[in-house]
Amino acid sequence: MDELYSLVDWSRAQFALTAMYHWLFVPLTLGLGLIISCMETVYYRTGDERWKRMTKFWMNLFGVNFALGVATGIILEFQFGTNWSNYSWFVGDIFGAPLAIEGIMAFFMESTFIAIMFFGWNKVSRGAHLASTWLTTIGASISALWILVANAWMQNPVGMQFNPDTVRNEMVDFWSVLLSPVAINKFFHSVTAGWVLGAIFVVAISAWFLLRKREEYMATRSMKVAAWVGILGILFVMQTGDGSAYQVAKYQPMKLAAMEGLYEGDTEQAIIAFGVMNPEKKSYDDGVEPFLFKVEIPKVLSMLATRDAEGFVPGIEDIIRGGYPIVSDDGTMRVAPSAEERMARGKAAIEALADYKEARKMGNVAAADEAAMRLNANYADFGYGYITDVNQLIPHVPLVFYSFHIMVILGGYFLLLFIVILILLYRKTVARYKWLLWIFVASLPLGYVCLQSGWIVAEVGRQPWVIQDIMPTFAAISRVETSAVQTTFWLFTAIFTVLLIAEISIMIKQIKKGPEQK
Amino acid sequence: MKAEALRGKNIFSRIFYFYIDGFRAMTLGKTLWAIILIKLFIFFFVLKLFFFPDFLGSRCDTDAECADYVATELTTILPK
Repeated sequence: MDELYSLVDWSRAQFALTAMYHWLFVPLTLGLGLIISCMETVYYRTGDERWKRMTKFWMNLFGVNFALGVATGIILEFQFGTNWSNYSWFVGDIFGAPLAIEGIMAFFMESTFIAIMFFGWNKVSRGAHLASTWLTTIGASISALWILVANAWMQNPVGMQFNPDTVRNEMVDFWSVLLSPVAINKFFHSVTAGWVLGAIFVVAISAWFLLRKREEYMATRSMKVAAWVGILGILFVMQTGDGSAYQVAKYQPMKLAAMEGLYEGDTEQAIIAFGVMNPEKKSYDDGVEPFLFKVEIPKVLSMLATRDAEGFVPGIEDIIRGGYPIVSDDGTMRVAPSAEERMARGKAAIEALADYKEARKMGNVAAADEAAMRLNANYADFGYGYITDVNQLIPHVPLVFYSFHIMVILGGYFLLLFIVILILLYRKTVARYKWLLWIFVASLPLGYVCLQSGWIVAEVGRQPWVIQDIMPTFAAISRVETSAVQTTFWLFTAIFTVLLIAEISIMIKQIKKGPEQK
Repeated sequence: MKAEALRGKNIFSRIFYFYIDGFRAMTLGKTLWAIILIKLFIFFFVLKLFFFPDFLGSRCDTDAECADYVATELTTILPK
């Protein structure tokens, strides 16, 4: 059993490394794409060559980021087929269909319009070029949509029916999968977070030019476009973040409890604005106080999670023990089952699947039908059948708690940052405050920290599930050699490090070079 | 070939020369394309071929066999 968990941990680490590396490039593509589209629109409307020069400069940096990031997501698909083969089979077309659509759309939309964007200056009309730039940006966002729809399905599996003959979840309602509230929130939250990162990137580099007393026109105009995109982006991020938290409370209460370090839930539950977790807290029921220090805002968590300041928000202990009231999707009230009850149902579902396969093999139709009924009745808790200890149901609380709070605090900081930038730009005094310009430059890594923290909250927070309640990581895994996964983990680390160094050095070279000379 | 010279030609030749001209005129783009090609080579001809075989494909030939294999895996992974 230890060997299995070691294999799971290494496979998870490898997937996390690849996904986090991929997630360095994607948001910047989304954000920078929007910013260059806005800049080119100004050029199109005014015919001012300075805006064309500005657009081309940022477009070059967009190209560097795109080229280094392209295809890094393919490795994730390799891993699905090799390391997570049970999962890949089990999810069937639900996961495959969005990924296939993404691949085809990304290829045709992005590759066609990117070519016009880079090669088409002076070869196609200004309007056609502008349309290509916008379509590249829109294409990148639509690509992200399909990936996020697939991810959202894993967090809240809807629109499918499990087929015990094929041992696959089969899509029965495409629109439920595409338009699930979890998918919608996730899409807008992730894409607009990309706008924020793109804005911080442009602000930081523009501030660097101002500190060097170079390209003042380009720097201040770029900053203005970026700050407006950033402010719009961060407001959307906050709105969809609130929507996401509500969905998490509904479908992934354990993740919400981990985000807040909440062990014992309550009505009128406060949210933690800032806190330091107690490293002595080892188990949900050890009686150790979870925080060394915390600053709370009364009733806010209840408001966010239930839309009622007096609503009950379950903590980790409550979720394990069950017995608290929950509202179903159809609006009816029911009592939450305990983890032990769900584990029993999960085991019944797994036994029913085994019985069904056996009955089919023997040609015993009546026994197969009876087993299928048992399977259907317990399928919602299928994954709980693999849980041997309730502690496996609890994600790494400090990691999720700190990641969530870092993300939220940085989100607030970015809102303030963009407001300050716009005030200074409209007063035409932005170049006067060198210390502020240095803060703008230093904010760039914080943008990446914020986005990676968000990824950690979403993915570590849902552990142990690869498909919420239906499949844990240790059932999804392929029985490959742990040493093989370790080898590829270190191989990826080396490749990604080299690629990252290449990107950063090419990017720095291009920034220092500045825009094309007039 | 300049855009003016392409005007008289058919659409396919215009697209062809559009790309050819674009690639020829690249400066930074040449470095980026070199990185992309090296990366794709490593991904598809090293990683995919030697480190990421199709796990299920090597254990079953038909969908029915794969379904049986996964069912066995899912019903015997952990002790009851």
